Amino acid sequence: MILLKITNLSARVAGKDILKGVNLEVRAGEVHAIMGPNGSGKSTLAQVLAGREDYEVTGGSVTYEGRDLLALPAEERARAGLFLGFQYPVEIPGVNNVYLLKAALNAKRKAAGEPEVDAYDFLALIRQKMKLMHMSESFLTRGVNEGFSGGEKKRNEILQMLVLEPKLAILDETDSGLDIDALKVVSAGVNSLRHPSRAVVLVTHYQRLLDYIVPDQVHVLSGGRILKSGDKSLAHELERRGYDWLLETQVA
Amino acid sequence: MSSKSQEVEAILAQKYRHGFVTDIESDSLPPGLDEDVVAAISRKKHEPQFLLDWRLKAYRHWLTMQEPTWAHVHYKPIDYQDISYYSAPRAPANAPKSLDEVDPKLLATYAKLGIPLHERARLAGVAVDAVFDSVSVATTFKEKLSKAGVIFCSFSDAVRNHPQLIERYLGSVVPQGDNFFAALNSAVFSDGSFVYVPPGVRCPMELSTYFRINAAKTGQFERTLIVAAEGASVSYLEGCTAPMRDENQLHAAVVELVALDDAQIKYSTVQNWYPGDENGLGGIYNFVTKRGECRGRNSKISWTQVETGSAITWKYPSCILKGDNSIGEFYSVAVANNYQQADTGTKMIHIGRNTKSTIVSKGISAGHAENTYRGLVKILPSAAGARNFTQCDSLLMGPKCAAHTFPYMEVKNPTATVEHEASTSKIGEDQLFYCLQRGISAEDAVNMIVSGFCKVVFKELPMEFAVEAQNLLSVSLEGAVG
Repeated sequence: MILLKITNLSARVAGKDILKGVNLEVRAGEVHAIMGPNGSGKSTLAQVLAGREDYEVTGGSVTYEGRDLLALPAEERARAGLFLGFQYPVEIPGVNNVYLLKAALNAKRKAAGEPEVDAYDFLALIRQKMKLMHMSESFLTRGVNEGFSGGEKKRNEILQMLVLEPKLAILDETDSGLDIDALKVVSAGVNSLRHPSRAVVLVTHYQRLLDYIVPDQVHVLSGGRILKSGDKSLAHELERRGYDWLLETQVA
Repeated sequence: MSSKSQEVEAILAQKYRHGFVTDIESDSLPPGLDEDVVAAISRKKHEPQFLLDWRLKAYRHWLTMQEPTWAHVHYKPIDYQDISYYSAPRAPANAPKSLDEVDPKLLATYAKLGIPLHERARLAGVAVDAVFDSVSVATTFKEKLSKAGVIFCSFSDAVRNHPQLIERYLGSVVPQGDNFFAALNSAVFSDGSFVYVPPGVRCPMELSTYFRINAAKTGQFERTLIVAAEGASVSYLEGCTAPMRDENQLHAAVVELVALDDAQIKYSTVQNWYPGDENGLGGIYNFVTKRGECRGRNSKISWTQVETGSAITWKYPSCILKGDNSIGEFYSVAVANNYQQADTGTKMIHIGRNTKSTIVSKGISAGHAENTYRGLVKILPSAAGARNFTQCDSLLMGPKCAAHTFPYMEVKNPTATVEHEASTSKIGEDQLFYCLQRGISAEDAVNMIVSGFCKVVFKELPMEFAVEAQNLLSVSLEGAVG
């Protein structure tokens, strides 16, 4: 089943065209990696899919489970199972981490016509997922990302993902700023979510992450377009040769 | 007329008998202010000579004063001769007869605030069953208080029944000539509350509980005096989260707190008077003087305020830390939306040795509002070892509002420690989007972010009010983002 279908998508930010005709199909059960040089539009693509308002879609279409994704406001996309793991998770001082997560889960459940989660069940669930992410108990009482280290913020993103169980997870440079141990933990978290009914889109600079989360397809995004797609060997080739050879072929 | 409302009428009439004289043909004085008006107010209230003299002295001083212009607020000049300075608290003829006649918008707000049904009528100005219901409850509270020896009554009752306490403490913290609005209040104050907690007594209940049920319409020049004797403690909550109907535009209240040795006073305010409409029309001008004096050693006065109402707020609850080791605290959340203007803050005057003060101010601006923090920390030469910590944070919602911070410090003792932290942040698009991306609605997200911002202040409020204050904030900021 095609979960996400991006057709000829273009978008601009602050008057500048960033995406210039992106095409991509993601099927349920698949993991896709989107790689590319800095400024190629990877994060923009992630933000546009998540529904950030200051990113203006100027052309093309996106369907998610056959629905017009671009017609939905951000919160409805989230409730429909689209999750964005942020590159720079924001701090929200004074708002308890667990409180936010519970509100998020309940918003999703409400949209699905399910009752609110029982407080006891929720705590049990979150404790179990925290264990998986090697997070300490103190996390329960802290503010959202407040005073977290870079690595803690990224783990927190994955924890939220595990609790919300999205159908489509877009992880924007979740590996940046992680040491090797943290990378393993985060990868294990992502892998635990893999399922024939779900898909993951990894946005990353480095092949390293793909050793732990093995993708079905790798795409190179550059200049607002997908220049090349392939299997995981493409990531290795990029690691070896950089991006320049691809850009040259493009010019030629 | 139903028999029930006849009963209510009867009870209201009783109140008149106790509180107000009937030998005057009119319930209110014509607009205007001179010595005769001041004397008439005093006479109507059967006040002793000392109080009349006190009022007249205040009035004469007021005549020599200029309305202050230093605050960062703008309004049309007030014509003080165009105000009526006395009217008996009776239900106005045009008041709604039942909830059916009340503006549905107001009722919707009450519902959102979680105000109990039986309180809604009273708040909307429908003085029927609500008042009737609460009489017996209030009586129970009254018994409990008098058993503990706590005096808690209207200011007028205190003048009649405890004149020696009034004479001793009135004006001892805020002198008649303190400032323009305090002088005006001293000359013409209508009524208010009086609390005296005797030595060693811990007031057996939050005075908020009582106050919320029994609050009478105290008029526009309210006077409050709270005295905690040696080793006594009391927590007092003024105001209400629900928007109060009020015909008077100008409010100039004075609150005085006196804490003797080892005494503690906690004074919390939730102010939600009519702020004017979304175009800035109407709304209450709230010019208040609040000051507490830690007169005894080891005493403590703590102000907590949540200010969301009024078109203009001009208010600086302050502490004079006279006793050695005394402590002053100020926790404030001030919200200004639409065209509201708030100029608020505190003064901490350190006189005694090892005195400590803490200031935490959270200002939230939205719409076209102007929100100003103005604070003074003054450490006198006598205040060896004094310490102050000040934290002022501002949150801006939208591009058209403004926040200003004016922290003044005068340190005249080299052993003092003064710390100041300040921040201004925008309700981040980033924070909002983060919440939206987790499926949380914009409205819930804003509430969450704002209450997180205010958390340290809400923690200081009496428990049941912390929840209401949080709801109040979300109603006040409705539609401010998204």
